[in-house]
Amino acid sequence: MRWLLLKDLQILRRSPLQAVLLVLYPVLIAILVGLAVSRGPEKPRVAFLNEVPANARISLSGQKLPTANVQQRICERVECVRVRSREEAVRKVEAGDVLAALILPEDLVDKINSLATFTPGTPKVEVLVNESDPLKSSAVNDKITALLAQANLAIAKRIAVEGGKYLNLVIRGGNLPVLGGGIHILGLQASAHILAALEPALPRGPLRVALAQVTEFATEAGENLDIAGPLLDRLAEPIAVHKVAIGGSSPPLETFAIAVAATLTLAFVTVLLVAGSLALEREENAYPRLTRGLVSSEALLGEKVLLGVAVGLVVTILMLAGLTIFTPLEWGRFGLWLAAILLGGAALAAAGAALGAVAREVRAVSLLAFMVTLPVAFLSLVPSGTVGAGLFDVIKVITAIFPFKPALEAITAALEAGNGTIGTPLLHLAILVLAYALIARLALRRFARV
Amino acid sequence: MAGGTTAALEARGLIKRYGGREALRGVSFAAAPGELVAVIGPNGAGKTTLLSILAGILGPDGGELALGAGAVGWVPQQAALYRRLTVEENLLLFARLEKHPDPRASVEEMLALSGLGERRDEIVARLSGGNQQRINIAIGLLARPSVLLLDEPSVGLDPRRRARLWEFVAGLAGRGTTVIFSTHDIQEAERYGDRLLVLADGEALFDGSAEELREAVRREAADGAAADRDFETAFVAYLHHRGH
Repeated sequence: MRWLLLKDLQILRRSPLQAVLLVLYPVLIAILVGLAVSRGPEKPRVAFLNEVPANARISLSGQKLPTANVQQRICERVECVRVRSREEAVRKVEAGDVLAALILPEDLVDKINSLATFTPGTPKVEVLVNESDPLKSSAVNDKITALLAQANLAIAKRIAVEGGKYLNLVIRGGNLPVLGGGIHILGLQASAHILAALEPALPRGPLRVALAQVTEFATEAGENLDIAGPLLDRLAEPIAVHKVAIGGSSPPLETFAIAVAATLTLAFVTVLLVAGSLALEREENAYPRLTRGLVSSEALLGEKVLLGVAVGLVVTILMLAGLTIFTPLEWGRFGLWLAAILLGGAALAAAGAALGAVAREVRAVSLLAFMVTLPVAFLSLVPSGTVGAGLFDVIKVITAIFPFKPALEAITAALEAGNGTIGTPLLHLAILVLAYALIARLALRRFARV
Repeated sequence: MAGGTTAALEARGLIKRYGGREALRGVSFAAAPGELVAVIGPNGAGKTTLLSILAGILGPDGGELALGAGAVGWVPQQAALYRRLTVEENLLLFARLEKHPDPRASVEEMLALSGLGERRDEIVARLSGGNQQRINIAIGLLARPSVLLLDEPSVGLDPRRRARLWEFVAGLAGRGTTVIFSTHDIQEAERYGDRLLVLADGEALFDGSAEELREAVRREAADGAAADRDFETAFVAYLHHRGH
C-alpha cells in the first residue's frame, strides 16, 4: 500500500496545477475567513445632512431637555459623510458615493416639541436611497430604519427620565428651575401632611369634612402616583428582551466560521483528490493490472482513503495555522483537532472513493464531487427555523448521509471547549466511513468494464 | 499443440457469456514454452475476451484452464502505465508491487531489455506510443512470466516501431517465454506467429501454422487460388469458406 501511496504523491507532485490548487485553495479560504472574523463589518457610507439648528433642544413643559446625541448615535453605526445641502446628498446617492442619505430637517425639533401641545405635528426625517440595486436598497432601508428606531428610543427614554423628574416633583416636592432661578414646589405628600395637621383645628362640620376629603385625596394621590414613575420608564421601552439559550451552547461566530472554513477545505481536498485518484487508476488502465494479484480492491480503496486523509490533514492543519494570524486558536486541544480531522477526512475520503468508483471517469468524477459536496455543504449550514419543518427534516436526512455536517460538528467541538460534544459526530463519521467504503467496494465490481 | 512438449498453458472448452451473448464457445488450445501464438479473427471474434480469461482478469463461465509453472504476464491493449511518472518510476512501482527482492535490479534488467535505459527519467506521457508499449510489455515481464499475453500490442505503431516491437517480443520467445498475442494485422500474425489461432464469433476455427492455413484454403475453399495470393486474402477466403 505504501508504494501506491508514494506513487499517488509522485503523481500529485507532477500535476503542478492540482498541487497548487490544493495548497492555494485553503490558503485563500483561510485569508478570507480570517479577514471576515477579525474585522467587523464595514460601516455603510451614509450622507448626513443635519439642518436642525445647533441650539435646538427637545423641551418638556417649556424646559429644554439635555441632548439625546441622536447625531452621534447614528454616526457611530454608519460612516457619516457630511453634506451641506439636500442637492449634494442626492448627487452622492445617485453617484453611488454613499449608500443612502439621511436628512434631519430644520423643523424636526419643533415638530417633536409640538407633540406635547394641542396642535401636534408629525416629526419626519428624510431618507434617500438609490433603488437601482434591490438587495442594497433593502439592506440600507433596514439599517436606516433600525438606526431611527434606536434614535426614537433614545429620545423617548430621555423624555421619560425628564417626565419622571417632574412627576417626582409633584409627588415629593422640591425646586423647579425657572429662568435661572427656581420655584419651590410643595408636593402632594407634604401637602397631605399639612392638611392632616390642620384638620383637628377646624370645628366639626362641613368644612372639616371637606378638608378631610382633600387630605385623603392628597395622600392617595401621593401614594398612587408613585407607581406612575416606573410606568413612565417602561413606556419608553415597553417590551424588554430576555434571551434564554435552549438546545445546547452555540459556538462563538469566529470559531464556527473557522470550523466551516476548515471543513470546507477538508471536504473539497479529500473528496476531489480521492475520487479523482481512483478514477485515474481506471483512466490509466492500471486498475485491472493492479488487481490481477498485485493489490486487492480493498487495499486499493484503503490506500486512496489514506491518501485523502493524509493530504486533507496537512492542508487543514496548515489552514488552521494560517488562521491563527487573525484569531487565536486553542492549540492545547490539538489532539481533538486531530481526531476530528482524521475521522472527518476518512469519512469524506470514503465518500470520495464511492463517488470515484461510481462515476469512473476523471472529468465526470470532478463534476460529481462538486455537484455533491457544494450543495451538501450549503444545506449543512441551514439553521433550523429558517425553512419549513418538513423541508428541514429532508435537509437533516441529506446532511446526515453525507459526512460534511458531522465533520463540521466534530471540528467545531474540537476547536473550543463548550462547543458541544465531539463523541456523537465522531461515531456518526465512523459509521459513514464503513458505509461509504462498502458502497465503493460494490461499485468497484463494474469499475474496469468499458 | 506444436512440438508436443509440456504445455505452458492449456485451455479446454472455454465458454464466456455476456448476458445472452456467447463471446467464447468452447475454445480449446495449448501453447508450448517459447512458442509465439497469434490469435486472429474479425472484430467481436472473442480475442480480447480469450486473453482476459487467460490473464485472470475475467473468469470463464465454462471450461478449464491449466497453467504450467510460472506466472502469466499480461499486457493490455491500451498501455497500463502511469503517464505522469517516469519510465523508471513505473517499473520500480510494479517491481515493488511484485515484491521483487531487489526491485532496482529488476528495473535495470527491464530497462536493458526494453532498450529504454537512456530514457529512464522521462515522463511516460512524453514517450512515443511505441516506447510506451515497450514499457507496458516490460511491466508485464516483471512478473517473470512463463507465459506473456499481449492484446493487440502493435496498434497505433508506425512500421519501424512495430518492427522493433516484434524484434523485442521475438527475443523474449527466444529466451523461452511463451507469447500469445492478439492482432488485427494478418500479415503480422503470419510473420511473427509460430502458430495461429483463428477465432470467429467466439469459436476456434483453426489452430495451426500460417502454411497449414494456406493449405487448408487450397484444400477446402471454393477459391483455392486465394491460398497462393497474400496471406490476408487466404485468411479472408478461409473465413468465407467457414461461413464468416
